[in-house]
Amino acid sequence: MPDTAYIGAGAGFAGDRTDAAGPVADALAKCDGLRFLMFECLAERTLALSQLERRRDPKAGFNPSLDKFVGPILARCLRDRIKIVGNFGAANPRGAAERILKLADEQGLKAPRVAVIEGDDLAGVLSAQELAAREIDGAILRGATQIVAANLYLGGEPIAQALDQGADIVVTGRVADSALALGPLMHAFGWQRDNWDRLAAGTMAGHLLECGAQVTGGYFADPPFKPVARMADIGYPVAEIGADGSMVIGKPDGTGGRVERQTVTEQLLYEIHDPAAYLAPDVVLDLTAVTVEEIGRDRVRVTGARGKPAPDTLKATVCIDGGVLGEAEISYAGPNAAARARLAAETVAERMKRRAPGLQFRTDAIGLVSVLGNNEGAFARLRNADAADVRLRFAAQSVITAEVETLLDEVEGLYCAGPAGGSGVRRRLTPRLASASCLIERKYAQPRVVMLGGGA
Amino acid sequence: MSPRTVLLHEIAGARSGDKGNRLNIALVCRDPAHYAAVARQVTPERVAQAFAGRKPTRVVRYDLPKLAAFNFVLDDVLEGGVNASLGLDGHGKSLSFVLLEIAIEIEG
Repeated sequence: MPDTAYIGAGAGFAGDRTDAAGPVADALAKCDGLRFLMFECLAERTLALSQLERRRDPKAGFNPSLDKFVGPILARCLRDRIKIVGNFGAANPRGAAERILKLADEQGLKAPRVAVIEGDDLAGVLSAQELAAREIDGAILRGATQIVAANLYLGGEPIAQALDQGADIVVTGRVADSALALGPLMHAFGWQRDNWDRLAAGTMAGHLLECGAQVTGGYFADPPFKPVARMADIGYPVAEIGADGSMVIGKPDGTGGRVERQTVTEQLLYEIHDPAAYLAPDVVLDLTAVTVEEIGRDRVRVTGARGKPAPDTLKATVCIDGGVLGEAEISYAGPNAAARARLAAETVAERMKRRAPGLQFRTDAIGLVSVLGNNEGAFARLRNADAADVRLRFAAQSVITAEVETLLDEVEGLYCAGPAGGSGVRRRLTPRLASASCLIERKYAQPRVVMLGGGA
Repeated sequence: MSPRTVLLHEIAGARSGDKGNRLNIALVCRDPAHYAAVARQVTPERVAQAFAGRKPTRVVRYDLPKLAAFNFVLDDVLEGGVNASLGLDGHGKSLSFVLLEIAIEIEG
């Protein structure tokens, strides 16, 4: 059994930089031990959107940037035996695996062994009604008949199995983000499935890595208080993890960014609720005894993760149709702009009261208040402000598309019939999904490893 | 040394994350020496007040002395969350800086 493994992160979300993984793969190639490159690119909604893609085209439904993420590092990783683990399978892991095999072929590489993890999809396993009965809080699913997507968060176990079976690349759909690191570590060190402190350490490593640059100085800079050097070349993380669960977070030499106590601590607590009980599929992680210690330039040791037995249930994200989101904007500039913007907003409000009285909509005054307000806030600021450049934004959501379109029409109508100088209308409709979280009994999780490609 | 008033922004960093309609904000002291002063003054009540415009139904503070950090969890402040909010920042990621607008007294 090796005593050290190295895991680098090549992406922290679906829209992440696609050239980030290159330097990480280069750094991993120089490490002596088992090496893994993980890609996390499947946010809560991304999967449901992928599900819709797949319905339109059965060959689609995996991460559309797959080629850009994997293409540049594929040869390097296969040559240096760096295993790739990614959730770019989304709603179609098999499609993603086939695409990777094609990429390898196009690049003249020997067919790799690509493992597909299936079994996260609850479609056909539980009905809409059964899912609604398991919704955590809120009542989004009550009365729903059509489910767009329902996926369990699988753990590290099937990923470890796939690697045990000799996979060069593991493609998953929905798994806990942290499992993309925990699975490789279970494989590397053969950690027992009830060695809670080890599983907790692996989960913590995954949590620190899963957002890519967010642990190496990304999402951190606030100059001059929190400076970060060379943000345009920020290095993505490489973690060195011991069989005893110890870990050091670093980044490739020669890259920008920063790894120190604060960058690591901010990420450690990212999207955490109770730090004593972070629920993951394989373990409950307790962060309350964790310490973060700078041991060198851009090197931080993180210790003290403790684990408690895994929860009885698994989380699932369930999406249903949420209608459409409509947004329209118009600008007012120069002397008395705020007053004209206010009149425009009042005019739209009055017309909407007549034409679609049931539709709730929001008004923002970009330039005065755009993210921190609520409806009342935008209006209050608009009354008092003496702004010379205001962009009004209106937004509404409904399953009745026509009503939302009415709002957009009314904003557009301000061109000729609204206050002076209104300009630059942009309008758009975006399909929306409503999502709910459910707790699902473990018996419904039947993960499968399907091996494709070389030697399969 | 006499106490002086600073915005949290001057002495700490913050990062927001969302899950549904719930927001968490990690607050990390730049100098661990400020931990006690922050613990004393940045109470859940203070934070609820700072977010009054978003009408939180519950604010919980978790203390992490070993990290010189706190984790604040605010319920129902995201206008339904990223899939339901009509706002431009459905994730509430910009809201970490609302926390950093809180003023506290520190020594020196």
